[in-house]
Amino acid sequence: MRQEIPLLITAIVGIGFVIQYFIPHWPFSRMSDWFSDWFSIVGACAIILGALNLLKMSIEKTYRRKEDWGYAAVIIGTFLLMTVIGIAEGRGFRNPGTSFDWLYNYVYIPLSATMFAILAFFVASASYRAFRARNFEATLLLIAAFFVMIGRVPVGHTLSSFMPVGWQLSDLASWVMTYPQTAGQRAIMIGIGLGIVSTSLRIILGLERAHIGGGK
Amino acid sequence: MTPCPRTASRAGSLNILLSVFAFIAVILSSPRLSAQEQAPTDSLTRDADSLALANTPAPPVRVTVADTDNDAGGSISISWERSADDIEGGKVNLYLIQRAEVVDGQPGEFTEVGDSPAGKADYSTDDGNTSDDASYFYKVVAVGVVYNEAGERSEFTSESDMVGPITSSPQWFHKQRINTLVGMFLLSFFIIYYIVQAKAGKKLFIRKIAGMEAVDEAVGRATEMGKKIFYISGIGDMDNMMTIAAMTILGRVAELSARYETYLDVPVCRSMVMVTAREVLKEAHSKAGRPDSYKDDMVHYLTDDQFGYAAGVDGLFVREKPATIFFMGQFYAESLILAETGNSIGAIQIAGTAMPSQLPFFIAACDYTLIGEELFAASAYLSKEPKLLGSLKGQDIGKGVVLAAILLGVLLETFGVWQLSNLFSVID
Repeated sequence: MRQEIPLLITAIVGIGFVIQYFIPHWPFSRMSDWFSDWFSIVGACAIILGALNLLKMSIEKTYRRKEDWGYAAVIIGTFLLMTVIGIAEGRGFRNPGTSFDWLYNYVYIPLSATMFAILAFFVASASYRAFRARNFEATLLLIAAFFVMIGRVPVGHTLSSFMPVGWQLSDLASWVMTYPQTAGQRAIMIGIGLGIVSTSLRIILGLERAHIGGGK
Repeated sequence: MTPCPRTASRAGSLNILLSVFAFIAVILSSPRLSAQEQAPTDSLTRDADSLALANTPAPPVRVTVADTDNDAGGSISISWERSADDIEGGKVNLYLIQRAEVVDGQPGEFTEVGDSPAGKADYSTDDGNTSDDASYFYKVVAVGVVYNEAGERSEFTSESDMVGPITSSPQWFHKQRINTLVGMFLLSFFIIYYIVQAKAGKKLFIRKIAGMEAVDEAVGRATEMGKKIFYISGIGDMDNMMTIAAMTILGRVAELSARYETYLDVPVCRSMVMVTAREVLKEAHSKAGRPDSYKDDMVHYLTDDQFGYAAGVDGLFVREKPATIFFMGQFYAESLILAETGNSIGAIQIAGTAMPSQLPFFIAACDYTLIGEELFAASAYLSKEPKLLGSLKGQDIGKGVVLAAILLGVLLETFGVWQLSNLFSVID
């Protein structure tokens, strides 16, 4: 029964969702909103579990002085700091000028932005590996990338400005992005669509049980 | 003291006489007053008339109303032929839609329910104020707005004939989605057909997925090196199909790692994913015959924040130096931050996502990448169960049908057979 009941619920909800796409009449017209609302409610309750788990693991690590426990101590400190300030400032804790808002704007956002900025360096190192002309495909990628990159910067336009319109580097870059790139991406999207239908069908029919620990 | 009746009667007659004289005086003096004031009024009226004549647009014509098709009710579709003055630089600025509810068979008072910009000739009243239990009359009013030199605004309107009564109603089938229904049935038929074939023992050819072939090797490597395996399920929640696919793959990987007695670490970005992943791991360990090796802490929550999660996972990678890392699920900009960090510590990395924008990053930074549909096929592929493999075969046949439809569509478009190619359009 531990597996049958979840499978039954999954099948009923799954079929219900397929039906609601084709039937605009009430109650099917409201089903999507109802499930979305319930998902938000369950998610909001689950966040407590997540936060408690984070605290529990961090406290345990700090208390037992496990390796790198200092990071866990920072987590506990910042977690409590934000929580206490947020509660102390009441309902308007997110209003401009509050301490919570200050911490958000001058600690949280710069930290996030820093992490995002690191991406630029990773793009450089990954591009270096990807664009090495090891074989035919990689060479093709390198050539396409070269034209797209140079066609998208002003110097590319200047370099090919003597050529007729439609044959300049910027036009070549646009052609690569509009035709081969879009065609490739759409092929992937079609495959994804079919994969989603196939996986959904396997789950609705109860054939796929790995997500509830089932299966042979 | 009461007045004498005779005296009162004489006073009344005097009052009447005075009133008559006053009236005659007013009548006699009035032509003179009119002569002083009539001229500017006439001029103003003539100016206003000529202004109205010059700026009043022609009314919209042939207004039709109908219940909006393929909806849940509560909507009326109104269309009209645009005013003759609704042209580039013309007199029409917008159309007002006016509605009157039917009361005792007659239209009540008309009120404005919406507007449509000039150039448009249709409107749907799906604003939540249209009741399926009421009937309505509609009018469309063409509005022209003029500003004089002083900046004062004047509106000139002309309204269409009233049409109705009309009542909205819900439908039981979305007729414009019939092609999707046919496609879905066709694909489902292929999948179920091949599942039945596989169950009957027919040997099916499934093409190899390099990334999945490498799972054994990747888990084995971690076992040999005595290091952890990390499984990153992306930043999607449990309402995302990629995350669900990631959970199905996690079940297979967890079973393998439990069998090899290798520690699997699953840091997650969503609380709901944490709860689900724990169940998956618990069951996988039981199935591998090692329920004692499961610990709740194997799945732990970090944060809901995208870059906070990336920072947390990167920190774990750098400190723990795992031998193997799986990236399965929905990823955005953090994909390369994670995969490049994994690459820098020399871990064998297998990634899978259906985010086309992130695939190039994984391909550049990981050893194996499941591209799009392969993510959804991975769990069935790993299971080696005939019925699940049968579904993959059905999926491949579906892909063949889509390919044939694309070729047919290209031919139809090339030869301008629009009606047939419209069959493939999908209404969202």
